[in-house]
Amino acid sequence: MTEHLPALQVVVPLIAAPLCALLRPGRAVWLLAMATCALCLLIAALLLDQVLARGVISYAMGGWPAPWGIEYRVDVANAYMLLVVATIGAVVMAFARTVVEQRIRLPASKQPWFYTTYLLCLTGLLGMIVTGDAFNVFVFLEISSLSSYVLISIGRDRRALTAAYQYLIMGTIGATFILIGIGFLYVMTGTLNMADLTARLPAVADTRTVRAAFAFLTIGISLKLALFPLHLWLPNAYAYAPSAVTAFLAATATKVAIYVLLRFFFTIFGAQFSFGTMRLDVILLPLALAGIFSASVVAIFQTNVKRMLAYSSVAQIGYMILGISLVSVTGLTAAISHLFNHALMKGTLFMALGCVSFRIGAVSLDRLAGVGRIMPWTMGAFVIGGLSLIGVPLTAGFVSKWYLILGALERGWWPVALLVLLTSLLAVVYIWRVVETAYFQPAPEGRATGEAPLALLAPTWTLALANLYFGLDTSLNAGVARRAAEALLGVGP
Amino acid sequence: MKQYSILRLITKLLLPLILLFALYVQFHGDFGPGGGFQAGVIFAAGFVLYALVYGLDNARRLMPTWLPRLGISLGVLIYAGVGVAGMLLGGAFLDYGVLDPHDPVHGQHLGILLVELGVGITVASVMISIFHAFAGRGR
Amino acid sequence: MPRDGCNAPAPQSAALRGWLGTTNKMQILGLYNYWIFIVLMMCGFYVVISRGNLVKKLVGLNIFQTSVFILYISMGKIIGGTAPILTGTATVYSNPLPHVLILTAIVVGIATTALGLALVVRIHEAYGTIEEDEIHAQSEDEAL
Repeated sequence: MTEHLPALQVVVPLIAAPLCALLRPGRAVWLLAMATCALCLLIAALLLDQVLARGVISYAMGGWPAPWGIEYRVDVANAYMLLVVATIGAVVMAFARTVVEQRIRLPASKQPWFYTTYLLCLTGLLGMIVTGDAFNVFVFLEISSLSSYVLISIGRDRRALTAAYQYLIMGTIGATFILIGIGFLYVMTGTLNMADLTARLPAVADTRTVRAAFAFLTIGISLKLALFPLHLWLPNAYAYAPSAVTAFLAATATKVAIYVLLRFFFTIFGAQFSFGTMRLDVILLPLALAGIFSASVVAIFQTNVKRMLAYSSVAQIGYMILGISLVSVTGLTAAISHLFNHALMKGTLFMALGCVSFRIGAVSLDRLAGVGRIMPWTMGAFVIGGLSLIGVPLTAGFVSKWYLILGALERGWWPVALLVLLTSLLAVVYIWRVVETAYFQPAPEGRATGEAPLALLAPTWTLALANLYFGLDTSLNAGVARRAAEALLGVGP
Repeated sequence: MKQYSILRLITKLLLPLILLFALYVQFHGDFGPGGGFQAGVIFAAGFVLYALVYGLDNARRLMPTWLPRLGISLGVLIYAGVGVAGMLLGGAFLDYGVLDPHDPVHGQHLGILLVELGVGITVASVMISIFHAFAGRGR
Repeated sequence: MPRDGCNAPAPQSAALRGWLGTTNKMQILGLYNYWIFIVLMMCGFYVVISRGNLVKKLVGLNIFQTSVFILYISMGKIIGGTAPILTGTATVYSNPLPHVLILTAIVVGIATTALGLALVVRIHEAYGTIEEDEIHAQSEDEAL
C-alpha cells in the first residue's frame, strides 16, 4: 500500500468523517476520530521518510497521467507540512474529547458532528498540502474553511457566531480571489497542474493577465493567512472558538495558507518572477514588520488572554512573511521552521488556556490571579510555550528567530534584525503579564479548583516537551526546513 | 394551504415526474448532460415543493429527518468506497478502469455511475436537510 | 470569442491578452463576457462591503461568486462548438473543463450560502437583530 500513501493521507480522514456522523454518540466516535488522526500522522511520517530517502513522490488520481489528471505531488516542503498538520491534528484530537464532552454547549446527540467537522477540516488542510493541482487547492481550501467556520461558531459565547460570520465573509472573498487568480492562469496556460504551470508560465509571464492573476492570488492567500492588515477576522475567531478548536486552527490553518503562498510564489510563479519582476518583497517586508509590531503592541493591551494570543499569532505570521520576503535560503528556512515551531508553541499555549478555562470558566486576565499555584502543571506548560514564543534559547522558538536574524544580517538589513529582537521583547511583556498574574497575585477567596484532568494535561505537555526537544535537536525543524527551502528556491540537491 | 386545491393537485401530479426526471438526469449522465449534482438538486426540489404545499409535518412523514442524515454519510462513503475499491484492485484511487477485470471501458462506466450515485444521494440529502433545518427552526 | 479548435491549449488567451494589452475598441465590445464579469464582481463586492445587513452581505457575496462562475464558463465557450459529447456529427466542442470546475465552485457557493444563512439565523436568535451596527453595539456593552 505504500505507493498509495499520498491518496490515503486525504482519503482516510475523508472516509472517517461520515462514519463518525453515523455512529451513536459516545466513546466510540472519539476513538474512531482519534485512530484516524493517529493513522494520518503515521502516513505523514512515512511520506516524509520516503521523500527524504527517495525524492519527489507523484501520484496520479484515478490513474490519469499528470498534466491531464489530478496529480498529488509530495516533495520535502509539503511532506514537512503534512507532518506538522497531522501532528497537531492528532494531539489536539486527544485534547478535544474532554472539551467536547464537558465544555462545549452541544447536546450529546450532536457531538459526533463535532468530530465529523474536525476530520473534514483536517481533510481539507491535508489535501491543500498534498495536491499538485491548482484548482484542487481551492476545493480543499473551501472544505477546510467551511468546516472551520462551523467549528468556530460552536463556541460558548454568542460572539462566536458573529466571529464565525465575519470569518465566513472574509474567507469566502479570499477564496474567490484565489479562484479568479487560478482562472486567469488557466486562461493563459490551459493547464491546472502545478508542475505544468511552472513550465508554461515563463512564456506568457510578461502579460497583464498573469500579473493580475498574481495580484489576485496574493491578496486572496494573504486574507486566508491573516497577513496584516487583512487579519481582522482572526482575533475574534480565535478568541471565541472552543479552546480545542482554537488550538487546532491557530496551529494549522494559517500555516497551511502560508504553505500555499510559498507554493504559488516559489514553485508556480518562481522566485524570479515573484520577487525579481513583481518586487513582492518590497510590499511584504513592510507589511510583515508593521504586522509584527502593531499586533504585538495590541496584544499587550488585551485583557482576554485568548485574544492576546490571537494577536500574537498575527505577529508570528509576520515573522514568517518576513522570512519569506528575505528571499534567501536562510530566510526561507526561518519561515518554514517557524511554521513548525509556531504550531508547537501556539498549540501548547492555547491548550494550556483550554485547561485553565476548563477549571475556571474564563480566560480574562483578572480571573487568572493565583492560577499558577492552583494549577502548577497547566501553568508550567504555559510558561514553556511562552518562553518558546519569546524565543528563549533551548526552546523551539529560538531556532526560527535565530535563522531569521541570520537571514536579515546576511542581506545586511541590520535594522530588521534589531526590530526582530525588539519585538521579541514585546512578547516578553505580554507573556509576563500572564505569568505575573498567575504566579504573584493571590487567588481570590473561595475558589476551590484543582489541577486540570490528565486527559487535558497529557496532550498539552506532549507539545510543551516537544517545544523543548526541538529546541535542542534541530534536525527536523531546521534541517528538513532548510532542505525544503532549498527545494523551493531551486538550489542545492 | 388547505384551500388551494389546484396547487395541491398539480403538486401531486408533478411530484412523480420531478423525481423521475431527477433519476433520468442521474443515470443518463454517461451519455448526455447530467450527473449526480444536478439530479440531487432536482430530487430535493421535489421534496421542497411537497413541503411548501403540504406543510412541513406531512413532508417529514414522507421523509423522516434521519433518512437524509443517513444519506449524507452514505453518499460520501459510496464515493470513497469506489475509490478505495479501485485501490484494492491494483489501480490508483478512483481508478475505475480496474473495476471490471475484463473490460476497462466497462469499468469506467461502472465507476462513474457509482460515484455519481454517491454524489446524487449526498447532494439530495444535503439539500433536504438544509431545507428541514431552516424550515423547522424556531417552531 | 475566437473560432478556435478545442485542442488549442488556451482558446481565449490571445483575445484576453489583446484586450489587456492594447485598447482596440472592437475588442472591448467583443469581449462583453469579461465586462459582465467585472461589473457583477464589483457590484457584489460593493454590496458586501457597504451593507450592514447580514443577509444583504450574503446576497452580495453570492453575486460576487457568481461573477467568477461566469468568467470560467464563458472562457470555456467556443463559438460553434457543441457540448463535448462524442456523437460523431460535431467536430468542434466547447471546453468542458471550466464547466466541471465551476460545478464544484457552485456547490461550494451553495454550502457557503447555507452556512452563512444558518449563522445569520443563530445570530438573530442570540442578538435579536441582523444589523451589523446593532450587533456591534451589543457586543461593545458586553465587553465593558
